[in-house]
Parts: sequence; C-alpha cells; structure tokens
Amino acid sequence: MNWINAIIQGLMLGGLFALFACGLSLLFGVLGIINLAHGDLAVLGAYVAVALLPSVHSNALWALLFVPPMFAIFGYGAQRTLLQRSMQSGPLTTLLVTFGLSVVLQNALQEGFSADSHSLSVGSLVTKAFHPASSISISYLRLGILVAAVIILVTVQLFLAGTSTGRQIRALSDDVEAASIVGINTRHVAGVAAAIAFATVAVAGLADGMYAQFAPTSGSQLLLFGFEAVIIGGLGSLWGTLLGGCVLGLAQTIGAQADPTIGVLVAHLVFLAILAVRPSGLMPATVEA
Amino acid sequence: MAEQVELDKRAAATAPARGPRILRSTRASRWAIGPGVVALAVLGYLPYLVDPNSTTTLVNFFILLVLGMTWNLLAGYAGLVSVGQQAYIGIGAYATLWFAQHGVEPFVALPIAAVFCAVVAFPLSWLVFRLRGGYFAIGTWVVAEVLALLTIRDSSLGGGTGTNVPGLDGFDPVVLGAITYWAALAVAVLTLAGCYIVLRSRVGLALTAVRDDETAARAVGVLVPRAKRIVYLVAALGAGAAGALLAISQLNVQPNNVYGVQWSAYMIFVVLIGGIGTLEGPIIGTIVFFVLQQTLSDQGAWYLIILGSVAVVMAVWARRGLWGLLDRWGLRLFPVGYRVLGARSGRL
Repeated sequence: MNWINAIIQGLMLGGLFALFACGLSLLFGVLGIINLAHGDLAVLGAYVAVALLPSVHSNALWALLFVPPMFAIFGYGAQRTLLQRSMQSGPLTTLLVTFGLSVVLQNALQEGFSADSHSLSVGSLVTKAFHPASSISISYLRLGILVAAVIILVTVQLFLAGTSTGRQIRALSDDVEAASIVGINTRHVAGVAAAIAFATVAVAGLADGMYAQFAPTSGSQLLLFGFEAVIIGGLGSLWGTLLGGCVLGLAQTIGAQADPTIGVLVAHLVFLAILAVRPSGLMPATVEA
Repeated sequence: MAEQVELDKRAAATAPARGPRILRSTRASRWAIGPGVVALAVLGYLPYLVDPNSTTTLVNFFILLVLGMTWNLLAGYAGLVSVGQQAYIGIGAYATLWFAQHGVEPFVALPIAAVFCAVVAFPLSWLVFRLRGGYFAIGTWVVAEVLALLTIRDSSLGGGTGTNVPGLDGFDPVVLGAITYWAALAVAVLTLAGCYIVLRSRVGLALTAVRDDETAARAVGVLVPRAKRIVYLVAALGAGAAGALLAISQLNVQPNNVYGVQWSAYMIFVVLIGGIGTLEGPIIGTIVFFVLQQTLSDQGAWYLIILGSVAVVMAVWARRGLWGLLDRWGLRLFPVGYRVLGARSGRL
C-alpha cells in the first residue's frame, strides 16, 4: 500500500515538475533559448508574493492573481531588450547571459530576503487531504497543482494550435526569416511567447512555494528537474514534458520510499539512464534523420 | 625553431623574390618572454618576501586562474559550455582526501588525483556528449549533482559535512603555506603551458575550424568529436588539480564547497570579463575578479551581483571581453595561429 501511495505522490510531484518545465520547453522550442535562470525566476515569483502579500499569514492563492501577470509583462520586456539582443549573438551568448542572470538573481534575493527559507501560506488547505484507502493520503493542494499543471499545458497547447497568435509563434519556431517575410512582427511574437513562459514559471514558483519551503538558492534544483523533464519527454513536445515530469516525480518518490535519503539521486540517475539509452527522449516532437 | 627554418626554406623555394613567410610568434609575444620569465621568478621567490596571508590569497587566485583557463578551453575553443566542471573539482578534492587517508603524501596525491579526474572524465564524456549546446550544460550539471550525492553517501569520506585531510599536520604552518603556494603556482604555470600547447597543436587547429564552421570542418575531415573529447579530458585534468589544491589549502574537504555550482559561476565570470577564446583573457578576468572580491568583501554577496551584471553586459555588448578591447592593437602574448606575411609587404 505504501508503494501505491508513493506512486500517487510521485505523479503529483511530476505535475509540479511539468508545470515548471512548460516555460522552459516553450522558450527553447520557440525562441531556442536555454534559460538557465528559469529556476531562479520561479523562486523570484515566490518572493514577489512574499513581498507583496499583506502579511505572512495571507492566503498565497491570491498571489496567483497578480504575480503571473507581472511576470508576463516582465517576460515581454526581458525578451524585447536583453534576450533579443543576446539571441542575435548566438546560442552560447543566451546561455551565458541567463546563467549570469541566475547568479545575480540568487544573490540579490539573498541580500534582500536573507538566506533563510520561506514558505507561502495557503491557510488550512495545506493539511486537507482525502484518504481513498487507509495508507493513501491525497493532499488537495498537491492534487490541485497537478490539475493546474495539466490545465496550463493543455491551454498552452490549444493556444499554440488554434489561435492566430499561436500559429505565428509556431511559424517563428520553424523559421524566423520566413515568418518575418510573410509579415509577422517576429519580435513582438517572440515577446508574447516569452510572456507566456514567464507567466507559467511564476505559477510554478508559487505552486512550489505552497508545496515546500524555498530559499534564494533553491532555483538550481528546480532548474535541473525542469530540464530533465524536458529532455526525458523529448524536446519541443509539451505532452512529453508532462510525461517527463511524471517519470521524474515517480523516480523520486519511489526511490525515497525505498530509502528516504536517495530520492533525488534516483531521479537524476533515471534521467542519466534515459539519456544514455534514448537521448531523443520518450516522445520526441521531431524524428531525427 | 627547426620548424620555422623549414617553413622559411620552403617558402623561399616556392616564391620568387621575397617569398611569403609563415609566422607563429608575434612581436609582443617575443618581447613578453623576458618580462614573463622575470615575473615567474618573482612569483616563485614570493614566499620569502611576503607574509603567509598574501600567499594564501594567491593560492586562491591560482586555483581560480586554473579553472578559468580550462573552462575557457572548453567554452571558448571547443564550444562546450559546461556548468558542471565542479564535478572534477569535487573528484580531485576527494581523490586527494582518499589518497591522504591511505598514507599518500597530499602533495604527491595532487597529480594522481588530477590524472584520476581525466580517467573518470573519459567514460562520462560519452554520456554528456550526447547532448548539445544548452542541454550539454545541464547534463554536465546533473552529472556533478549525482557525483556529489554519491560522494556524501560514503561516511569514510566525511559524509555530508566533510572531513579534514590527514597528513598535513606534520608541517610547520609557514612551510606548509609556502609549499602549497609553490604547488599552486606550478599547477597554474603547467595549465597555461598545457593550454598553449594544445591550442598550437593539430587539436588547436581542428578546434579553430570547428569554432568557425563545424559542418565545414567535418566535411574536410576534421575529427571533431576526438578534438572535443581531448579538450574535455584536459579541462577535467585542470579542474581536478584545482580541486586537489583546494583540499590541501583549506586542510579539509566539504562537499557543498567543492561540488558547488558557484565554481561554474566564477569560471564563467572570469572568462567572460577577461575575454572568451583568448589565452590572455582568463588571466585578466581572474585579476579583475580578485580585485572586486577583495574590495567588496565586507559587502556580502554584492561582488557577485556586480560581477554577474558585468558578465551579462560583456556577453551581450562586448563579446570579446577586456582583452578584446586591447586587441585592437593586435596584441598577442600567446599567439596560437598562423600568420602569413605577404611577398610584397614583408613587414609585421
């Protein structure tokens, strides 16, 4: 029974990873940006909630109303200025720029909020759970995060597939020059894609803050799991990202069930094993020749 | 020298009048040999001149310099942006610890630990080379995390808190400081020489071709993966030596420190600020890093915020770093390329 519980907890943790990886996948798939500051942006989102909520006891669910829109504007601005400029100098430059940003963000948060860990309060929701069987406990909060992850991934997928802006974003990911020739304002569209990615990372950061404690340096771990989810799932495939997140979540909780000290290690090892056996991921969007 | 004469002879045989000459040195590099030797002699004599605190600071300087130079070799020449070189810093430090625990003198363990890192890097290179670009960066980072998590499971190596390196308490502190300093100086000089030799060799030529156009390089028969793998191993060797030095100079090994991703941040800043893809760049970058770190040491993490911002600005707007700004005069202290002097001009 404990193992079934571990599987359920793993799937819910996978939802958090997938939510986090969604923005990474989008930024890479559309703009070709490997955002090494993604984890720190998520943590920044949680700290913005800490700073702007009226008190530490306020329900952090309210932050979902204002932090993601703020991040969307931030993302649009960052793309139109710094990221756009660095993309023109090649992929290595964006890597170095986002890594530099990551270090700046981490240390700025440390200066502003100290190295102590914080958490976001969600009132009594944090302890509420239902028990389908004696040893199985499903937290409403964690289930909610998984459902939110699926809804956000489906929404982004539908947006990319069905709307005019979505089609322009996909055109951009296929060929920037051709997209601009047929009249797409490529810089604006790239900005919109970055805005969506930043908004999802804010949601992920808030969800993570409600789920567990966070500190200025916790972004690195988030980044690694997010990227592992993207690579396991297959580059450029949002469904693959969800699957990748669940594989990682399962590896972590099942590993921890066997020995509480090895959960994270097992997740990383599963990633390396998949990388060694199937480097294109489980559900690659494109088949390599 | 013989090679130079040979080239001159060939050039003289094929070209009429004043044939083209191929030069590998520059005027600056020839002029720099004298001051370089003097500087090296002064650095070697330094423990007799200054107090032990200064040499300890310089040990940290050399460690960072070695890391910067090897990371520059990876990213600046082979296009391999690694965020996981701390894997080899950690292995180097822990290998030194393990050898010291088994009765090997720590300074003897240093080169063994470095070579051990290159040996470990060989199988790992097959794994991480499956990834390209940014995914390579993440892959190397994951490998470093896994190695750190595996290391702390071994309680004989100090577990999660780390432990002291045995075999160093027999030394007089001043003597130990001086020997550590000389070891660090030797590693830094050897790394610089090693990078210079690698870049002037066929591997260096292959890397230059890859940097300019990887597809074209493959098409003309450059063994791209082989060149990259050699660079990866050399970089692991350097990072391993740096890790061993870290263990010896701090007298203990702590997993959070030696496997910390902050080392990658330092390497990247040093190289970006100094100038990526030049041998001179990391030297300048390390000096700037140290000056900033020492000046702002009582301001907490501000030096990292400033360095990070400067590195971002450099990466976007001054791609070639501080050395690139000097480069407009064509200054090359460590020339690695070939320059053909035209038949007519014949002047530098």
